[in-house]
This record gives sequence, C-alpha cells and structure tokens, in this order.
Amino acid sequence: MSVPTATVGGPHAAPRGFWRTHVFSVDHKVIGKQYLDLALVAVVTGMVLSWLMRFHLGWPETPIPGLGTVAPNAAPGGVVTPEYYLALMTMHGTIMVFFVLTTAPFAGFGNYFLPIQIGASDMAFPRMNMMSFWVTLVAFLVLISAFFVPEGPALSGWTAYAPLSAVGKDAGPGQGLGQTLWVVSILIFCVAQLLGALNFIVTTLDLRTKGMSLARMPLSTWTWFVTSVIGLIAFAVLMPACILLLLDRVAGTSFFIPAGLVISDRLQPHSGGSPLLWQHLFWFFGHPEVYIAILPGFGIVSHILPVFARKPLLGPRVFIACLIAIAFLSYTVWGHHMFLSGMNPFSATLFSVPTLVITIPATIVTLLWIGTLYGAKLRFTTPALFCLGFVSVFVSGGISGFFLAQPSIDTYLHGTYFVVGHFHFVMGVAAMFGIFAATYFWFPKMFGRMMSETLGKWHFWLTFIGVYCVFMPMHYLGLAGNVRRYSAFTDDYLKPLIPLHRFITVAALFTGAVQLIFLFNLIRSRLRGATAPANPWQGTTLEWSTSSPPPHDNFGGPPPAVHRGPQEYGVPAGGGPTDYVMQASP
Amino acid sequence: MGKVFAVVVAAIAVVSAALFALHIWWLPVDISAHGSRIDRALNETMVAAGVLFVVAQLALAVFAWRFGPEPASRAVKTFPGGATPMVVLAVVLVGIEILTLTFVGSKVWAGIYQTPPDPNSLQIEVQAEQFAFYFRYPGPDGRFGAMHPELANDATQNFFGLDPANDTTARDDIVVGSLAIPVNRPILLALHAKDVNHAFYVPELRIQQDFVPGMVIPLHFTATKTGKYEIVCTQLCGLGHYNMRAYVEVMPEQQFNQWLKEKAAQQ
Repeated sequence: MSVPTATVGGPHAAPRGFWRTHVFSVDHKVIGKQYLDLALVAVVTGMVLSWLMRFHLGWPETPIPGLGTVAPNAAPGGVVTPEYYLALMTMHGTIMVFFVLTTAPFAGFGNYFLPIQIGASDMAFPRMNMMSFWVTLVAFLVLISAFFVPEGPALSGWTAYAPLSAVGKDAGPGQGLGQTLWVVSILIFCVAQLLGALNFIVTTLDLRTKGMSLARMPLSTWTWFVTSVIGLIAFAVLMPACILLLLDRVAGTSFFIPAGLVISDRLQPHSGGSPLLWQHLFWFFGHPEVYIAILPGFGIVSHILPVFARKPLLGPRVFIACLIAIAFLSYTVWGHHMFLSGMNPFSATLFSVPTLVITIPATIVTLLWIGTLYGAKLRFTTPALFCLGFVSVFVSGGISGFFLAQPSIDTYLHGTYFVVGHFHFVMGVAAMFGIFAATYFWFPKMFGRMMSETLGKWHFWLTFIGVYCVFMPMHYLGLAGNVRRYSAFTDDYLKPLIPLHRFITVAALFTGAVQLIFLFNLIRSRLRGATAPANPWQGTTLEWSTSSPPPHDNFGGPPPAVHRGPQEYGVPAGGGPTDYVMQASP
Repeated sequence: MGKVFAVVVAAIAVVSAALFALHIWWLPVDISAHGSRIDRALNETMVAAGVLFVVAQLALAVFAWRFGPEPASRAVKTFPGGATPMVVLAVVLVGIEILTLTFVGSKVWAGIYQTPPDPNSLQIEVQAEQFAFYFRYPGPDGRFGAMHPELANDATQNFFGLDPANDTTARDDIVVGSLAIPVNRPILLALHAKDVNHAFYVPELRIQQDFVPGMVIPLHFTATKTGKYEIVCTQLCGLGHYNMRAYVEVMPEQQFNQWLKEKAAQQ
C-alpha cells in the first residue's frame, strides 16, 4: 500500500545547530553515513588485526615493530603470544562479521538509499533509527574495550562455542572479563539490528510514493527489505542465546554447561546444560547472517550493473523469487556447520540437502548477472568493475560450497583453511566488493562530488588480483589438511606449508596496503572531487531525480510519483537522444 | 578495459584451476579402509565444481571482452530467450549435480558415521583436555573402570578420573599419551571431553570428529597402513589449541599385542 509520505514519514523539520544536524541526527541520510563511518573504522581495525595474525603465521619468531610497545603483555618484545593470536582472531571475526559486513551494506547504504529509492522523506521511525545507530556504536565500544582489560579480549572465536565461552576465566586468559564484554557487545548489537530491521520493513511496506508498487521497487531496495526480514528472525534468536550465555557466565546457570567438567583441575559447579544447544542457536542465527552480509551485495550489483550495461537486469522477477527462496532456505541449513559436532549423524544428511538446494537460486542469480552482460554496452567505470569482480569472487567462493555441503567430504575439510578460503571469498570479499561498488557509485549522490576514477581503477585491479592471491591458496592449504585457528605451526606435518603461508601473508599485507588508495580517494574526493551533477551515471531510479546531495526532505518538496519500473535502459531500441527513462518521468 | 578484465579473469581461473589439477598441495596418503570413498567423492566434486568454476569465469571474461561500450550506434540486445534458459540451465545442471552428490555423498557418509561399528572392534577410550589427548585400554580384564570427574587430576596423572582404590576394573586400565592401534583391525574410539570442545583429526585416516563435554561420542575406523601419524585438535579449545596433538602409531597385530603387554605390565 502506498501512502503519501507527507502524512506518515519524516514529519520532522530540518534541524538547526551542529549537534542536531551532524551528530544526534534523526535524518536517515546522516545516520546512513554514520553507519558507514563506523564500518570504516571497524574495517580498518579488523584489517590491521588480520595483518598481525598473518605476519605472525608467516614469521612466528620475528618481532612486529611497535607491537611490543602497544601491547607489552600480549606481545612481549613484539612477538604475538598464542592467546593474543586467538584474541586477534576472535576480534577480527567479530568486528568484520557484525560491524562491517552487517553494518555497511545493510544498515549504512540501506539507511541512506532505501527511503530515497522508494520516494519517502525519511524512515518510518526516525528516532528509533537514530537509536539503532547509537546502540550499535555502544556495542562496538564495548567490544573494543576488551583490548584494554588486563587479560585482553576473548579467545573463543566469533562463534564463541560453549563451554569454552561459558565457564569463565578458568578456561584461559580472555575468557573472564574479555568474554563477558564480547557477549554483552553482541547482545547490544542484536537490539540495534532488531530495531533497524523493523524500521526497514515498515518503511518499505508503508512509505512508498505514489506509483511505487513492489514490482517497481529497485532491486537494491528489494534486497534490503528481504535482508531485514532475515535479520528480524536471526537476531531474535541470537539475542536470547546471548542472554543465556551471559547468565551462564555471571549468574551460575547451566544452559550450555554439562555436569562433570574439570577445568584447570577444578570441578565446575554446573550441571545439566548442553554445549550443542549453543551451537544450534548460534548457527540458526549464523547461517542466515551469511545472507544478511551478502544479499545487499546481490542488490547492489543488480542495481548498478544494469546502469553500466545500459540494459535491464535479465529476469528481475526471477531475481526477486530467488531472493525469497534464499531467505527461506537460509533457515533450513544451519546444521551444515555441525556435521562433525556430535549431533546425530543422520541429521547431517537432512541438512546437506537444503544446503545443496540453496545453490540453485544462487546459481540462477549468478547466471542472470552474466546473462545481463550479453549484448550489453558495458561502461567500465570503477563501480562497474567492482560489480564484475563481485560476480567473479562470488562464483569462486560459492563453488567451494559444493565440497563443504557434503558431510562425507566435510569429514576431511572441516576445520581446515579450505573453510577459511570459502567463507572469506563468498561472504567477506564478495560483500566487500559490493560495498566498494556501492561507494564509488553513490559517493557523488551522498557528497555532491565525484570520486577519482583513476585511483578507483588502480584500487580495483590491485585489490582484485590481491584477494585471489590471499584466499585461493587457502583452499590448497585446506586440501593439504592445514588446520585453522592455529597460532603457529610447530615441528609437525604442517611445516612444509609455511612457504605458502608466507606467500599469503605477503599478498595480504600488499592487498591491505592497496586499500590506502581507497582511503586517500575517499578523503581527497570529499574535499576536492569534481562537482557531481544530479545524475552522473544516467541512472533511472529516484535517488537520481534529486540533487546531489539530496536536501533534508530528500526531494525538496513532495516526493515524485513513479510511472514505471526501475530499469528502463536501452530504450528506445536503436538509440535516441538518451537511452533511458527515469522512474519519475511521466 | 573490458579486454584487460577478460584477460585477468581468464588468467586467474586457469592458474587457480591448474594449481588444483596439478596436486601440488594435496591430500596426504590415505591409510584408512573408508578413505578411498571420501577421496573419490572429493575428486568427483573437484571435477564437477572445477568445470563450473572455469566455465562461469570464462563466460564473464568473454562477455566483458565482447560487449564493451563501442560502437555507440549499436543497440543493446537481450540474452536469447531471456531469463528462462538461465533458470533451466541452473535447475538442470545444478539439480543433477545435487542429486548425484547427495546420493553418492550420503552413501559415503552413512558408511562411516551411520553404520554400527564391527562387534569385534578394539575399544579404546579417549579423553581430550586442554591441551592433550589421553588414551585408555581396558587392560587384561577387558573392562574399563568407571570415570569420576571429581577425581580427575593432571598433577596425579589421573587423566580419566579413575578410582583404582575402590574400583577393581580400573586397576589394570592402561592410560597412555599416544595412541597405538593394530593395522587392519576395526577400532572403536569413545570420545570424552574433560573441559571444553575438542576434535580428533587425523588427515591420513580421513576422519574428524568433535569431542563434546557431557557426551560420549563413538568413532570407528580401520587403519590399513602401518606408520606413525599425527592426531591434531581442530576445535578451538584455548590458548594451547595449536599445540594440542598426539600420535597414532599403526602397528602390525603382533607388535601391537606385544606393546599392549608391556604397557599392562607397567600398570
């Protein structure tokens, strides 16, 4: 149902004063940018942590310059201790999954562009929107504060398997206050995500402008919408799971702790809990979370690629059907993380089948992207290149899923670097490429200035080659039986693989350094980029029908009515003065 | 620009696939009765997935090469048949692949994890703790003493929490830090965790299984080649995780019996 936005959404007037305009703003555009700024801080932090890990894996005895001063206890003399390695790993995973891959493509770009793309002047609940961001920030600060407590951050990984995560400091350094901060942080994060997801859903359903039927919504908006539905269910399970874990830690309950545990020669005062319960709850959230990270990338590519191909996406309705199928199936596959967990082996077969079936909609979507390129007039701008790169790395990461979906092969590959390579490609790098494409594409709209194409292209080429050098060799390591989450490869069967680890380390440091080009481009373009016109890429959707950047109420008056679908490119056939028709054109 | 992209993507696809195909980094030798079935499933998946990988990347490369912005007068074209061939292709190709993988894969999995162990299996108990594995043989009486967690103590080397003072069956139990097994005889391990989750992984045995506190998880296999191999932990268990390992020595039957006798005499 479409409702005129003037009566429902965005009743607030333009704010006055610095604090209300730029800091405690209820404007979805400011909040979107705040989410993106937070994600930028988080991604730099997470990447630096991965550098420390990678350096340590390549050269475990060599001191890392300066680290001994920054973290004298965790890395005496600059050499990372085993517990610090695991702390770095835990924080890297947690920061990247929650505060980058969930925050940037969904909460960041979604917040900024969803209301504009549907012709609303703000989110349905602007104050709640502001609250989601500030709650997310608190969650991030709580997580980071673990670096400053005496025993350091948790070391149980981003999956925080119980009972390691549940029994407290007997289980090791970082499992005391560090682990508690981790649980509290994720708990707070869940609250923010639930608020955000509700807001996205209500906004999409209720605030569409006249003529903006669901079928005419841009595909990016479709994916943000579907993602928020997934998030609403997923975080609603993780949140109580975190509460139970917290109670086990601080209130003496035993949800995840069975009887008879002896840790550090001390019999633990717990009984009756189930460690597998945590795994089930966590992965019931955790697998849909993969789609929360990647589906906005699907939408970004499906939105941007047609702009530069100058033709509509092949089968947009098929794309939407696949999205919904993936969302549904994402709740039926969590057990594939647990084939070897000790759950009934019969259920492994049950979880294997939907895991393989989910590759069908994923394959269809990939073929739609590739098929869209056929007969296109591809303009190789930086955002277009990142979209093409997205398709390439998504294929690479998706295909290794065929191995891991089979319990029999997982018997060998589970717990190895094959898994690390797989999920970094499919949800890490692919989602990052989506974020990069979105940034280069929408930066002109957000800041009224163009980003440098030259720097952008350098950034793309070096990153594209770099990520393959980092993550493809991890599959080879996994095939050779290289176990993940090891802080060092001592005198054992893994030793012959150290040269390959060094190659990955060098590639990772290189690829990380390349991101400085991106940072420099962001800052330079923000200050000195060429002035952006309202519609620099000749797009059709509503964000291109307003000024760059958009005014406070998005359209400088009542939002335009919409008269057609979002991808009228390549019309009229055979060429004309322009080859596209805007959604708002009568 | 499109041509550069095409060349780079094609090069990445070919080099990546070649490094898989050349087996430069590959599975170690298989020493288990069931492993050849896993290896075959893996190899078949490798071929199927490899073809899909290379074809998809090359299609991306070819289209990027072929459909650039020039000439300006050219009109855009839709893929012949629209989205339908894509849907059919995905459903048929991936569908066939899924059916095959499910049937083949489930059979392999069922053969390892869903079949009951051989009744004549040699039974060995395994205790995993931060950061070591311990193995227990029943001793000459053929019976395992009961485990009492409250008695478990590393300082007194009572890793299984046995009570030999009151429990006669526990007195002759053989507890060692390294696993010894006879070749070609079915082995049945009972996995116990003393503190947190751990995992039992021997790449050469093509077997991996988590230990979960509060559960006793059976794991059975037959080793077919003698030699000494590493057992590594693959479930994050704390700061010493990277160093949590033991050895499995696969011995000829006679040598194993001799070894067992010697160990029993030491109890």
